[in-house]
Amino acid sequence: MKYDTFYTDLLCIGAGLAGERVAVEAAANGFETILLSLVPPRRSHSCAAEGGMQAALGNCAMGQGDSPDVHFEDTVKGSDWGCDQEVARIFADTAPVAVREAAHWGIPWNRVVGGPATYFKGGKQFEAIEPQENHGLITARAFGGTAKWRTCYTADGTGHTLLYTLDNKVTELGVAVHDRVEAISLIHDGTNCIGCVARDLKTGGLRVYLAKATLIATGGYGRLYSETTNTVINDGGGHICALDTGIVPFGNPEAVQFHPTGVVPTNILVTEGCRGDGGTLLDVNEERFMHVYEPEKAELASRDVVSRWMMYHIEQGKGVPSPYGDHLWLDIRHLGEKHITTKLREVYDLCRHFLGVNPIYELIPVRPCQHYSMGGMRTNADGAAYGLKGLFSAGESACWDMHGFNRLGGNSLAETIVGGRHIGQKVAEYLKGAEANFDTQVVAKAVAQDAERIQRLIQGADGNENVFAIKNAMQEVMMERVGIFRNGDDLQKAVDELQEIYARAKKIGLASNGVGANPELALAIKMQGMVRLAICVAYGALMRTESRGCHARDDFTARNDRDWLNRTLAYWPDLEADLPVLEYEEASQQMPLPPGDRGYGKVEIIPMDAAKED
Amino acid sequence: MSRQLKFNIFRYNPQDPDSVPHTDTFLLEETPSLTLFIALNKIREEQDPSLQFDFACRMAICGSCGMVINGRPGLACKTLTEELPEEITLMPLPVFELVGDLSVDTGSWFRTTNTKIESWIHTDKEFDPNAIEERMENDLANAIFELERCIECGCCVAACGTANMRDDFIGAFALNRIARFMLDPRDERSENDYFDVVGTDQGVFGCMGLLACEDVCPREIPLQDQLGILRRKMGFIGLKNIFKPKAKAVG
Repeated sequence: MKYDTFYTDLLCIGAGLAGERVAVEAAANGFETILLSLVPPRRSHSCAAEGGMQAALGNCAMGQGDSPDVHFEDTVKGSDWGCDQEVARIFADTAPVAVREAAHWGIPWNRVVGGPATYFKGGKQFEAIEPQENHGLITARAFGGTAKWRTCYTADGTGHTLLYTLDNKVTELGVAVHDRVEAISLIHDGTNCIGCVARDLKTGGLRVYLAKATLIATGGYGRLYSETTNTVINDGGGHICALDTGIVPFGNPEAVQFHPTGVVPTNILVTEGCRGDGGTLLDVNEERFMHVYEPEKAELASRDVVSRWMMYHIEQGKGVPSPYGDHLWLDIRHLGEKHITTKLREVYDLCRHFLGVNPIYELIPVRPCQHYSMGGMRTNADGAAYGLKGLFSAGESACWDMHGFNRLGGNSLAETIVGGRHIGQKVAEYLKGAEANFDTQVVAKAVAQDAERIQRLIQGADGNENVFAIKNAMQEVMMERVGIFRNGDDLQKAVDELQEIYARAKKIGLASNGVGANPELALAIKMQGMVRLAICVAYGALMRTESRGCHARDDFTARNDRDWLNRTLAYWPDLEADLPVLEYEEASQQMPLPPGDRGYGKVEIIPMDAAKED
Repeated sequence: MSRQLKFNIFRYNPQDPDSVPHTDTFLLEETPSLTLFIALNKIREEQDPSLQFDFACRMAICGSCGMVINGRPGLACKTLTEELPEEITLMPLPVFELVGDLSVDTGSWFRTTNTKIESWIHTDKEFDPNAIEERMENDLANAIFELERCIECGCCVAACGTANMRDDFIGAFALNRIARFMLDPRDERSENDYFDVVGTDQGVFGCMGLLACEDVCPREIPLQDQLGILRRKMGFIGLKNIFKPKAKAVG
């Protein structure tokens, strides 16, 4: 069989912010590094992060008194105590360093302008005096679920500037970038991961990458859902590679975040910065409602809470009818033209181009839609994957687990470069002592397996099911039954239906010839894997009989710290099976911040020491 | 009544020995707010699953989907069919190597060019993790951001007369990128360093001033201004160098 082989010290699968940050750390330590990417790295989904990244600098007026301790507490509360507190601590402590390092590399962070300033909260104007002594230091804006203004930003294109700056750094360091290459399976011997089999998306040819360390940083799995803010490439490709080993667990697959302000009908995101800067949510009567449900935080409660109240309010008949279903309004008109065309410039552009709405004068139609995957490849605090030596993960694809069951806005962009920096250092340490044995028999077997399944798809050896029909059916089930509000009946139906879809997915055959960079084949190769991921999400949600963060069960409404203060670990050891094996581990080994009230959202808690019911 | 759209799409798969460049025609009923992103995916899912094109963010910020739409380079994701006549002709961007059908390899082109112009902050300063950040005026941060907004979609390059004739021209994108670094006090490159990169025929003096780049930029970056400013600055540095005493120029 013909394929090209590449050897390197570190192989990064995925070249968004997390992958590039790890690559920069490894390359700066003198290790040869290859970045694989589905798209040119600058087109990665990281570029879509708009509002900013959290770091407790405390430079601006409304950030006074902030510290990594407060950031840590906000993050743990946001996670509804589902996170690993050791990791949340590393994260909060490192974030200020990472944001300053990014400034050193060229990010044009917005800065404090000393003197009186006008801001908005809950639609009302107020004055604050920006401290003169901090003039010119990095400023911050408000985001949901935070005690202080902590989100550092470059207008509303923060992901874009970070990604370009990191990719500049990659270019400067001469890191090899192989774009339009898709990893389709990991190569391992049951103990060590030694690289991956990949497909060249320019020619369709197979490749083998052999590495002392392999990092998966492929982002989230939002495309399991039909309505998502995620880019079309966030299809869980990296998760499939890891889950298919049968050894590496998928942590908290059911932890899926819905963002309050997806635009109707395209599901394009408008940043939380709109509400952070004082934008409000309005109903059919053009009246605010969030302050009624959440007197303290109003529009700036955490995303899970705001999304639920929005859906609840729509169910109360207060939605705005439209051909695309009922929605609510986001109002930023009072922020004024200057603010909207500078600090919310991307929002200004996308509303005009995709909606024909000018947000200076008009309301923006919004509704919650899938946005972020808290779940992912389970790793330890060093970013090392459970189960396989030499395998790491960082960013959204990982369940490093600083987010638990709900991520705070501004904490994902932060995780990419903060976690990437920390995990990059750990990967470099690992590489210093590492030698790998590349067993040619293991490699040949892995490539042969992939080559065979590709041949069978092209020839239609297993049937002629249409891959697009299967993808659409899966996405509909996930949207319909594994969404914002969940219940046992729907989740059971979701699992049943997904299992039927899985059986069909095993019979996919191509309608086209599959020659070259064929897009039908690219989807067909991962379709079974995508349905396996979907089943993990639905089954994990079915078994978790409580409500925590974004996981809201109508039939188990309390957060149950007695029985469910834990993390789901989903394994798929047998590809013939149509259910994963679920195990559980403690959410956090240490609990410096013991479970309590978040300060927003419904408070219904079964405490850790509550008596067991019979 | 909704319109019946007729798509004429360039087809060629370089990997398939049986494939020859040609145009295929697809018919599609127009639905409200139909974008070329939705239309092309519908055509792929319902009519021809081998059709190659590129999308990622589908919200005009990743730069994947540049193509020639009825003769004009643009982003397919933000193009509504209602802005176009019933007959829509789609071609891949010129200048870049064809991957297949509407898909071109912009990644390699931009990486090569970014390497050539050394598109990064040049500084001898080491990052000190224990120090607070260096101060910057907010207006300057905004001015840098304005030029940083380029998404490397390739539309300005595809629309450029010089780039279409000459492989070595770095294009408006790169000139804008250099203008961004010249604005940034963190970059310690001297005037002459920049002159070496862009004060050449491959750089700002290769521009014929047709300015289609500005017309087609989906980010509305003020490319015309930047080209003008850069040309003046580079012309001035060039003149200075001519009149400099020789020994000094060497030293």
